[in-house]
Amino acid sequence: MDLSQLPQQIVNGLMLGGVYVMVAVAFTLIIGMLNFLNFTVPALFMLAAVLMWAILEGHGIALDLTAITVLLVLAMMAADRLQHAKLPAPLKTGAALGLAAAACIAVWLVISLKPGDPVFAWLDGAAGKSGRWVVGIAVALFTVAMLSLLIERFTYRYMKAKYGDATEHALPLVSSLGFLIVLEHTVISTWGSDSLTTASPFGHASFTLGPVLFSVPQLISLILSLAIVFGLSIMLRTTKLGRALRSIAERPDTAPLMGVEVGRIVPVVYVIAGLLCAIAGILFTINYTTVDAYVGDTVATVAIAGMVLGGLGNVWGAIIGAMLIGMVEVMSIYAVGATFKKIPIWGLLLMILIVRPTGLFGHTAIGKGKF
Amino acid sequence: MSGYLESQLIILCLNVIYAYGIFLPAASGQLNLGAAGFITIGAYASAYFNMSGAPMYLAIPASMLFCAAIAFVIAFPILRTRGVYMVLATFAFAEVVAGLIINLEFLGAAAGYPVESHADFLVVVPVTILVVLLCFFLMSTRLGLAMRSIHDDEAVATLFGVDVRLAKVAAFTIGAALMSLGGALYGHHYNYIETQSFNVLLSIYILLYVLLGGTQTAWGPLIGAAFFTIVPETLRQIAASSGQEWIADTRFIFFGAIIVLMMVFRPEGLITRTLIDRVAMPFAGGRGGPGGRSGPAPTAKIA
Repeated sequence: MDLSQLPQQIVNGLMLGGVYVMVAVAFTLIIGMLNFLNFTVPALFMLAAVLMWAILEGHGIALDLTAITVLLVLAMMAADRLQHAKLPAPLKTGAALGLAAAACIAVWLVISLKPGDPVFAWLDGAAGKSGRWVVGIAVALFTVAMLSLLIERFTYRYMKAKYGDATEHALPLVSSLGFLIVLEHTVISTWGSDSLTTASPFGHASFTLGPVLFSVPQLISLILSLAIVFGLSIMLRTTKLGRALRSIAERPDTAPLMGVEVGRIVPVVYVIAGLLCAIAGILFTINYTTVDAYVGDTVATVAIAGMVLGGLGNVWGAIIGAMLIGMVEVMSIYAVGATFKKIPIWGLLLMILIVRPTGLFGHTAIGKGKF
Repeated sequence: MSGYLESQLIILCLNVIYAYGIFLPAASGQLNLGAAGFITIGAYASAYFNMSGAPMYLAIPASMLFCAAIAFVIAFPILRTRGVYMVLATFAFAEVVAGLIINLEFLGAAAGYPVESHADFLVVVPVTILVVLLCFFLMSTRLGLAMRSIHDDEAVATLFGVDVRLAKVAAFTIGAALMSLGGALYGHHYNYIETQSFNVLLSIYILLYVLLGGTQTAWGPLIGAAFFTIVPETLRQIAASSGQEWIADTRFIFFGAIIVLMMVFRPEGLITRTLIDRVAMPFAGGRGGPGGRSGPAPTAKIA
């Protein structure tokens, strides 16, 4: 083992940890408030990364996916309105069926007409090829935010645990797995399951400090991700929204009695978590330039390990845990080899779960029927 | 039987065995996302015993015993965790197993491991039928009743004198043995195993078969695994024969959408006790059916 490489490896570990941090915080937000392991987090991470790749590579079809998402969200909103409208029952059923049919036709029209290509051509003309990354970021963030609204409905709002069943906490888990399958296969059926590579829009800008080489985009990503997560934790502590969020996390039955509108706050949590994944995915594409339909699984499972290490539902714990796991991953690859990395990461997680299930910094009680 | 049908039948049988391995813990209220770990252990253990000279019909039971022993040992710490933590712990266990085996040179490491004896469908199918019968039998015993009561309400089960830990450990261990049986059969049928084929997605799919089929009755995993094995394959066949490639490309999108919608409309899975009662006695209303409680209430006789 060549020890002179150690400082470089520590820096690499921190950079990798920076990607895991945001994904781990996204997981921990949902688990802390709603007590379920949200498997749409890997899906949203992957989708943002792939959309960013698609725009950088000039695939206008990415905009079609955005359009379909928006259409579905609009249909859902119309359905909500319809549900609360004062109409006779048969008329309501008819209107609901009509709405579903209209949504299907609209989605089919988008798929067959592919309006994304001309729109993208126009955008590309306006922004220029060097400005594509701006378009990519905007498209990825917007699509993921819209999708989060859709996911919120199907993993939280429409769920009713009827029978007081011990596996009822599995319901949102299973729906989120369903979304994972839908999104992965949407990407596979559009672009295939092979690796998708692009060139970094920022080239290979880097500088050396002593023996250590810093890549500028990676450094900026690390700073950005830490800044966003710090901002989030300050938001949780000081603002009115943050207080409402914490009250739901603490006691979901009492929060509505205290005037917290749970129905309005929960979508906000989903959007925040979704945007965190999206930013992480975008940064991943820019820094590592290779994505595929399964990139979310690899990154997010490691982020889960980081989250558990820091304690479920604990934002600061997730930050430190994710950084630690990034470090462990890089160090074990460096010290032993790439195939070895699973043992320290998952062995550590298994040990933590058995010896100290609250994690290194956790104190919040999870799993007492918060959903 | 044509080669194609035979290969599909094998896949179906393996999925059914795996599903029952996850069903037994799930029927007692534990979510096990570590299927891939037990399947890997079973496949490699049987292959290793077989390679060391044991005939297949000894190697497979030996691998089941081996896997059951491991499951028994880890059951105690893992079953201390519950809910989300249990999902994570079993998941971590599977990853550790995969990580260990890919680093063990004598098991072929990343290059995979060849398996000597071949098991064709004349072995796999009868074994699967036995597994299904065994699980139906188990669910009808006192252990099955204890598992059901823990699934419905653990605190009340304890109050009624059910040995909760015993039932949970038993379900977890027997389930692990079944999964290792499935893994061993997989190895002996394809005569080659590698850790990459038992990945996270496999664990996820098996858990989905069980939860979508329903954890209330022993029919659930059978129907769930059969439905989600046969329907995508049939769609692929339809796509190939009609030339409509988009069906094959998008079938998993619909599969995922069905999962999401089912959790909204049928959260207890496809097959529930109520449904079984209705099918068994279509005109009697069934125990839980709409007319089930319409007659004179039992208390009326006493009063």
